[in-house]
Amino acid sequence: MTSTTIDDAPFIEPSTRERRNYLNDEYGVLSWLLTKDHKRIAVLYLFSVTVFFIVGGIFAFLMRLELLTPEGDMFTSDTYNKLFTLHGVVMIFFFLIPAIPAVMGNFILPIMLGAKDLAFPKLNLLSWYIYMIGGIFGIVVIITGGVDTGWTFYTPYSTQYSNTKVFATTLGAFITGFSSILTGLNFLVTIHRMRAPGLTWYRLPLFVWSMYGTSVIIMLATPVLAITLVMLMVERVLQVGIFDPALGGDPVLYQHMFWFYSHPAVYIMVLPAMAVISECVAAFTRKRVFGYKFVAFSSLAIAFLSFLVWAHHLFVAGISVYSAMIFSFLSMLVAVPSAIKVFNWTATMYKASVSWQTPMLYVMGFIGLFTIGGVTGLFLAALGVDVHVHDSYFVVAHFHYVMVGGTIMAYMAGIHYWWPKITGRMYSEWWGRLSALLVFVGFNLTFFPQFLVGYVGMPRRYHAYAPEFQVLNVLSTAGATVLAAGYLLPMLYLAWSLKFGRKAGTNPWGAAGLEWATTSPPPKENFHETPVVTWDAYDYPAFLKAMRETQNV
Amino acid sequence: MSDATLSHSAEHAAEPHGHAHHHPFLQHHFEDMGQQHEASTLGMWFFVAQEILFFGGIFCAYFIYREMYPAAWSAGSKLQHWQIGAVNTVVLIGSSLTMALAVWGAQGARRKFTTLMLVLTLLLGGIFVGVKAYEYAEHIHHGQFPGAMFTYVHAADPSLTRGIELFMTFYFTMTGLHALHMVIGAGLLLYFIRRAWRGDFGHEYYSPIEIMGLYWHFVDIVWIFLFPLLYLV
Amino acid sequence: MATQEHGHQPDHETYTGHAAPPHQAPLAMYFAVFGALMILTVLTVWVSRIDLGALNTGVAMAIAVVKALVVILWFMHVIHSPRLTWIVVICSFLWLGVLFVLTFSDYLTRAWNMY
Repeated sequence: MTSTTIDDAPFIEPSTRERRNYLNDEYGVLSWLLTKDHKRIAVLYLFSVTVFFIVGGIFAFLMRLELLTPEGDMFTSDTYNKLFTLHGVVMIFFFLIPAIPAVMGNFILPIMLGAKDLAFPKLNLLSWYIYMIGGIFGIVVIITGGVDTGWTFYTPYSTQYSNTKVFATTLGAFITGFSSILTGLNFLVTIHRMRAPGLTWYRLPLFVWSMYGTSVIIMLATPVLAITLVMLMVERVLQVGIFDPALGGDPVLYQHMFWFYSHPAVYIMVLPAMAVISECVAAFTRKRVFGYKFVAFSSLAIAFLSFLVWAHHLFVAGISVYSAMIFSFLSMLVAVPSAIKVFNWTATMYKASVSWQTPMLYVMGFIGLFTIGGVTGLFLAALGVDVHVHDSYFVVAHFHYVMVGGTIMAYMAGIHYWWPKITGRMYSEWWGRLSALLVFVGFNLTFFPQFLVGYVGMPRRYHAYAPEFQVLNVLSTAGATVLAAGYLLPMLYLAWSLKFGRKAGTNPWGAAGLEWATTSPPPKENFHETPVVTWDAYDYPAFLKAMRETQNV
Repeated sequence: MSDATLSHSAEHAAEPHGHAHHHPFLQHHFEDMGQQHEASTLGMWFFVAQEILFFGGIFCAYFIYREMYPAAWSAGSKLQHWQIGAVNTVVLIGSSLTMALAVWGAQGARRKFTTLMLVLTLLLGGIFVGVKAYEYAEHIHHGQFPGAMFTYVHAADPSLTRGIELFMTFYFTMTGLHALHMVIGAGLLLYFIRRAWRGDFGHEYYSPIEIMGLYWHFVDIVWIFLFPLLYLV
Repeated sequence: MATQEHGHQPDHETYTGHAAPPHQAPLAMYFAVFGALMILTVLTVWVSRIDLGALNTGVAMAIAVVKALVVILWFMHVIHSPRLTWIVVICSFLWLGVLFVLTFSDYLTRAWNMY
């Protein structure tokens, strides 16, 4: 496997005159709000998801403040219930599900495919508006008193007994689901029908394979959540007994249908993260990802297997033990393709010339933390262990390791990696590395104690706890403070870079891929002529040679 | 050799379209009408796929409760008039025929025929929804609407009443969602009737009618399953 | 750089764009399909009046599946559609099957619990 040195990377000297690109092409608020350009829509999403991330983060911080002391002395238990519910609802539906697909997928996918836009630009814009409408429902719910059922809306509490804004929240989630579906639909059609000449399936960047898997999951899982929420709303409004045992319904049926979506949903969150990691690993080792086909097909395998495991959330809910055994076995299987990816990324780094820029720091964080999160998932897949740790902080730590240590780390990696492409500016590498370090330290300090405290019995969703758990909880809250700083800093230095950052060239990282073959920022139509691709994915010598041949000096 | 280009001067980008002639309805991010047609049909198929999962979810719940409460399900089904359901089935399948004929007409640029078929589809769909509205009114009148308004008691076996209310919940939710999809379809049909009358469609460009057809046929298929499951238990 | 022929991509592996849209079915086919659907509807009603016990549901569903297949293959033109369309249709029903089978695997085996 040949690798090229950084000297091969062709830099285009930043021009002193402003080039025409998608950012300065048109001016005015309406040119943004009515845009059909996938790049502008991606930027719209970037703003929206960041706002919701902050909102969700505030709820998390309030929870951690309460948990500094064993007594429930800061909030009433009802209020605390609302805090963790809203934290979950906002983070999952309004941040984690859309973030990487709608920001990075929207921006980068068409460019990676050599296309001028996604297949359905108007649907793309509609998807952002639908997301905003759903998000506004969420905000209204927060302002008018919140909801306290947990983001899982388990029945019959959510349908019969809760006095909070259940209907509005589920309606908001229902609406936002369609935003997700339209994005997935757009991606699938674009990948199938709009690849540039010469871009065969096995020449695609691994980012595309993972986004494909994500989109399959979105299309097949989200509608089941939609119908489940419809039935929940019907039950709540009409006060009938679809899921209420007192009226003949089965609450476990709700859980089955809810988790049929919500388990694949976590792969909607993690597959795009893996997509970003594949790209960054290739770029910062300047090598073809080891076992390309294995990584590509593992994305499809994850998409398929993720649908077969949902009832591991129901192990102690009263399902039949035989069914539980089947799901336990299947849940072990789903770890295999994820593990294959981790092995291949690490193998790529073996004997490679790795450069430790900010994105790569986040990548390393991902690989370590996702592995821990994934392995603890196997703990939970084992029936016997799950009976012991179900609904404890062990579970909370597990999913935060994969969602935050995994997905959010990858999101940060992607933001930093593609920031020059999206904005045409470089951020400050020093501040980037500092923030990455803060995030890593803060994250582990926050969530590792939660494994310990959960394993010895601290339940989740409680605002008060036994006094012997206090030390670990204080450590966790301290970690949360560091983590918050780690997330705030990028918001500041990235915003700063928009005005004062060094102007980026076409290919500041010297990476391979069509997105690095057009200017930073790209022109509105992405490429002035449709590129014809003759090189394999991550074939650095061939790609860089092609760039030199067509370089505009 | 590779042709991936970096940005060139601005005037290249501002150049008008290079095609000698291009179809007035070609969207500019597509290379040609063929690609546009394939993309739109594939897009609608993906949408239909997720609709299959959407309705499929409530069918799954329906079957689980049918398994749990067979007697109540049977009694609830007897509250429906299968003759009305059968007539509605014929009407809806008829509308599928006229829809398919509209696609055929659009492909052949038969402006008046296409418009007529679309109007007939709309009419038959309207009859379907009208009949359903009548059925709903009847159920409500007899106290069979689930929830606070449910006053129906099963004469032969009062213990089935709760199960019957659950059945009726599924009846109203499933047929209600179905009817909602029909109403949306009717709105879309009005839009396409206008376009067909304008003569927009022909051999090269008929994909909008084709995908309208895919949507309409899907809604028909949902009813094909709803009819025996709700009326003929 | 090499000149690019607009509208006709040289590499058919990447997209199958073509100027000529798919073939048009004969008119009679649509009426034949309609006729078949009518017969199957009558059959559905007729079979439901006969008491087959537990088999009634199965038979009714089997007939409905046949009707759906007829609509999908001919009204929705799947029989003349590219392979990808077939995959999309088949996969959506397959996934629905997963929902049904695995959910039912719980309900049908609950009674087996000894405790």
